[in-house]
Amino acid sequence: MGGPGPFQDKPSLRVEGLSLSRGGRVLFEGLSFSASTGAYIEVRGPNGAGKTSLLRALAGFLKPRAGKIVYDNVAEPPLAIHFIGHANALKREASVRTHLRYWSGLFGVTGSADSIDDVGFGLIERADLPVRALSQGQARRLALMRLRIAPRPIWLLDEPAAALDADGKEMLGDLIESHRLHGGIVIAAVHEPLGPTPAQTITVGA
Amino acid sequence: MSAFIATFRRDLALMWGAAGGAVAPLGFFLGATVLVPLAMGPERALLQSAGPPLVWIAAALAVLVTLERLFQADLEDGSLDQMLLSSAPLEVLVLAKGAALWIAIGLPLAIAGAPAAIALQAPPERALLVAASLALGMAAFIGVGLVGAAVTAGVKRGGVVIALIVLPFFAPPIIFGSALASGQDVGAALLILAGCALGACALGPIAAAAALRVQSE
Repeated sequence: MGGPGPFQDKPSLRVEGLSLSRGGRVLFEGLSFSASTGAYIEVRGPNGAGKTSLLRALAGFLKPRAGKIVYDNVAEPPLAIHFIGHANALKREASVRTHLRYWSGLFGVTGSADSIDDVGFGLIERADLPVRALSQGQARRLALMRLRIAPRPIWLLDEPAAALDADGKEMLGDLIESHRLHGGIVIAAVHEPLGPTPAQTITVGA
Repeated sequence: MSAFIATFRRDLALMWGAAGGAVAPLGFFLGATVLVPLAMGPERALLQSAGPPLVWIAAALAVLVTLERLFQADLEDGSLDQMLLSSAPLEVLVLAKGAALWIAIGLPLAIAGAPAAIALQAPPERALLVAASLALGMAAFIGVGLVGAAVTAGVKRGGVVIALIVLPFFAPPIIFGSALASGQDVGAALLILAGCALGACALGPIAAAAALRVQSE
């Protein structure tokens, strides 16, 4: 139940002439790229260039000023996307296990509850601890567990390696690599390379 | 497990666990109703007429103080983004959060309404009616409150703004709830109160979800 299932329907996405603004300020204009099944794409750019906004637009949270984002061979975009943002989406008082159970319900996973014991990522012995007892890096690992709980083809990762130790970074790299091999698409905003060789690098606000 | 049940269960656990559950709103509610006879004096007739409406006002204010963090926490910690990617529509998840709030805070307040009404010299046989009508009223308050909480999710110290937004909409349930608690036109008031509760619970989540989508940009 660990890894994502194969995405045989070959998901792909196209971005055409995308313009984004944040708080009235234009971040970038006319960004176009496409990603096909099995692609790993790195988004780069200085702080404030719009990397996070690009990912939020791809996730459908942020309405573009102009241009369009088209997903092909993907059921309904919200059901095909995982978004790992700066904020980990964790509740301090809830346990690791509670989070995993909540997410499997939230993302409509039909598997049994046993898969929760398959957490891995070095969190299994902490499954009953509340999040406030975790370190920053462990909290990040827990957030990344969402990628494994519900198989979804499109992963949008915003600085996914933030706070991770060497071991955690390696696990993240493996996770991305295996997702690619299964036909998924990974788009990650990064400052340091994550390990897997990107199919292409998109630079915003250069 | 459906997304509705997952959200309901988690919010219920968080409200009961971390936030201290209904303890703080109950304390507020009972504290406010205890102050009433102290302020008005022990005159029985006066208390009997003013008591039930005051129970309703105290209950409305008690639930109001629980609304501020309802969506604000989800917006700040990124949970709202995850809710937008759920297999269920955001409206359904908002309804689940409202239902959890009703169970965790609304029902305890409604039940506490019975002893509070008796303490304010309401006839004991009416205590049950006060509790039942408050349970309906709480559903109406929470349905409206969802919208106020969603609109102000991005506002620091939005509590006062929530009050300004939702208090006008608290008027109908308060009017009919107080009438009911005072023993006037019980049947008609109960029907109208149930209508308020149904309307607020049906429309509240839709409006709140629309507001949250804007906030999540």
